Amino acid sequence: MIDWIIKLLMLSSAIFTLLAAIGIIRLPDLLTRMHATTKAGALGIALMMVAAMFHFFDAVVSAKGLAVIIFILITAPIAAHAIGRAGYFVGIPVWDRTIKDELVNCYDEDSHRLLSGLETEEELEIYRQNLDLKPRIRIKQKSD
Amino acid sequence: MQFVIYLTFIIFSISMVLVFIRLIIGPTLPDRVVALELLASIIVGMIGAYAIYTDTSSFIDVAIVAALTAFLAAIGFARFLERGGPRND
Repeated sequence: MIDWIIKLLMLSSAIFTLLAAIGIIRLPDLLTRMHATTKAGALGIALMMVAAMFHFFDAVVSAKGLAVIIFILITAPIAAHAIGRAGYFVGIPVWDRTIKDELVNCYDEDSHRLLSGLETEEELEIYRQNLDLKPRIRIKQKSD
Repeated sequence: MQFVIYLTFIIFSISMVLVFIRLIIGPTLPDRVVALELLASIIVGMIGAYAIYTDTSSFIDVAIVAALTAFLAAIGFARFLERGGPRND
């Protein structure tokens, strides 16, 4: 019985990963490719770890497997967000059939700031005044 | 059991080849970073399958470390891309 569960989990993990790989080959631009890879890849890892937990059926291995699953579930969206943001801002081409792009003209290349596009005049004025803020990391000057 | 494990390895290998194709032809650098991340995910899955195949639970630790390094690499590449640097796609 448990053998069959393990087999099913392993095969579905492999098939979800294969789906992610097919998606990264077939889809047209970076954002749709990330849509395929992050979710299916994370689910593939999670299913494989559940299979390992069932196979060893041990408290220590179960704790380790749960740690992997939680870690993947936390980090995969963060990494995808970081890469998607960076990729959009360096100007990757989006798919030519994209209908809506709400971030056009909202990013300032020099100050690395992102506006929402819904600011009032007042807020935009504050933004313009603060454009020459110093970077947060300061280099220590020698005192003598 | 053996047959299913071999089948799993075969499917993982096919997906690795597909991701590698994207890694080579990927038109821009962010595409390649996404391909690298998925490659790391596939490696973590393969390590899990190998742990079941060899009946050695210590390989799960290797999976943890592999996932951690993949995350750090992705974040590092993203910072590098956004803050600028020499770029040659």
